[in-house]
Amino acid sequence: MSDIKKDVTILAIESSCDETAASIVVNGRQVLSNVISSQIDIHTLYGGVVPEIASRKHTERVTQVIREALQEADRKLQDVDAIAVTYGPGLVGPLLIGVSAAKGLCFATGIPLIGVHHIEGHISANYIAEPALEPPFACLVVSGGHTHLVLVRDYGQYEILGRTQDDAAGEAFDKVAREIGLGYPGGPKIDRASREGDPHAIVFPRGKVAGSRYDFSFSGMKSAVLNYLNTSRMKGISVNVPDVAASFQQAVVDVLVSHAGDAIDQYGLRKFALAGGVAANTALRAGMKEMCEEKGAEFFCPPPILCTDNAAMIGSAAYFEYIKGNFSGLDLNAVPGLRLGQR
Amino acid sequence: MKILAIEASGPVAGCAVLEDGLLIADYNVQFKKKHARSLVPMMDEVKQMLELDLNTVDAIAIAKGPGSFTGLRIGVATAKGAALAMDTPIIPVPTVDSIAYNLYASDSLICPLMDARRQQVYTGIYEWSYGDKKPGSTGTDPCFTVVRPQCVIPVSEIAEDLNARGRSVIFQGDGVPVSKETLARLMTVPYSFAPAHLDRQRAAAVAALAWSYYQDQGDACMVSADDFRPEYLRLAQAEQEHSERRSFSLLLEK
Repeated sequence: MSDIKKDVTILAIESSCDETAASIVVNGRQVLSNVISSQIDIHTLYGGVVPEIASRKHTERVTQVIREALQEADRKLQDVDAIAVTYGPGLVGPLLIGVSAAKGLCFATGIPLIGVHHIEGHISANYIAEPALEPPFACLVVSGGHTHLVLVRDYGQYEILGRTQDDAAGEAFDKVAREIGLGYPGGPKIDRASREGDPHAIVFPRGKVAGSRYDFSFSGMKSAVLNYLNTSRMKGISVNVPDVAASFQQAVVDVLVSHAGDAIDQYGLRKFALAGGVAANTALRAGMKEMCEEKGAEFFCPPPILCTDNAAMIGSAAYFEYIKGNFSGLDLNAVPGLRLGQR
Repeated sequence: MKILAIEASGPVAGCAVLEDGLLIADYNVQFKKKHARSLVPMMDEVKQMLELDLNTVDAIAIAKGPGSFTGLRIGVATAKGAALAMDTPIIPVPTVDSIAYNLYASDSLICPLMDARRQQVYTGIYEWSYGDKKPGSTGTDPCFTVVRPQCVIPVSEIAEDLNARGRSVIFQGDGVPVSKETLARLMTVPYSFAPAHLDRQRAAAVAALAWSYYQDQGDACMVSADDFRPEYLRLAQAEQEHSERRSFSLLLEK
């Protein structure tokens, strides 16, 4: 491969949940365009993402979003070296739209296809945000669907240290936000409400998973909040919503930070990164930053636009597969339960 | 005029190529609904077999629904992606119409039945008529006519409609096996079932019907990839419940 020095331009598509996104990324680090069409307004009506509605919206938007990504980057399909698409994990209907559209494009152009793992994409957002970042490092991926503590040994080489045993962190945020009347989406709403509240007002349990140091459990914390609300209601005590939000958020952040700290110690890591939609949470960012400073580890966290679901991160992850010559066939299927490192 | 047709709305995955009314490829597989894995490789195989230069394709025809939501997603998103890359428009073809179009110049009414679950079928009523329905028609060419546009209703309702018309009927589609008993009980007019090769969704029928639209309407039968929407004929369940709740609360407000 003598032409490897040439720039590699990747068109990436992401549709695993409720954002239809497309992006042009050069050499895995340089983002020429990052178009995201969000469906949040529609799903807010239903208090959460409705898979069938999400699928239909993706179907409506997919080609326009791809077209915009090409136009913004001032590139044509002929300039593209590979087409990357998220093929899992995620909601099967939404995933199928991106995968099928990508395959339609590849069929028509002969451009090679690269199927990308959604979580690998989130992790790779850090390569875009920090061009000097190289493995090894640990990364905590926290979003509405995922909570994974991952050791990134090398480009494309991942080891899952811990994952949630029940709810994802973002899911717990959504459920608690609904219970205390903040509504959907829970993450940003709890973040905002917490700024007015006392994080130590109520002590909620810090969920532990017996026998596995790095796994997470958030359903117990969520139940503790519900119990607190019920008890207060029965006793006729009025609930201070900002205090509940701040205290719950603090409990979640404490668990995430302490697990991350343990991993840094055990594996002697010098770098730690955050990723995923919940990485936009201000308390989590602050907590992680402080912990990393104490331990002398460098802390990385992409800007919010690269934390929420986007296609630029998929284009970045795909670049490292492109370099290795890992391409997908036109029979690529959506795999809703795709595991990290599975191909 | 070269048309690439795609069918993935039901149990059949298929693609066909029609050039100026000549069918040069028709590839259909009805096997364990694996469209996500089979459809694009099938299209690629046809492309290679025909040494097809996609720059020469003028439009992509697709069965636009109704059908399996998953199948529609796969077919529609594939067609949109390909149409974007090929810079071609899409010719949407109603799925039920395309099944009926497998039969030609029949004296009977044609009634496809697609299994829509929940005690319903996607269906419609079609006939070949001999009138001056088309401009320039001599009146002797049989003309494919939609008698009742595609819809989603219980089998009993379509049976009642057909009985009232007092003509013989040919049924087709994957809704037939699940509807046979009901039909036996309700039908008062003579009826029969189409043979295997004319019974299901077929890419060639999508292509041929799209070609007839083009002959009749020209470019008016086409839409851009961006604007094309499939026709589900059903709301998502959550939308359904949401609108029911809303109409219920509106009722209470009154």
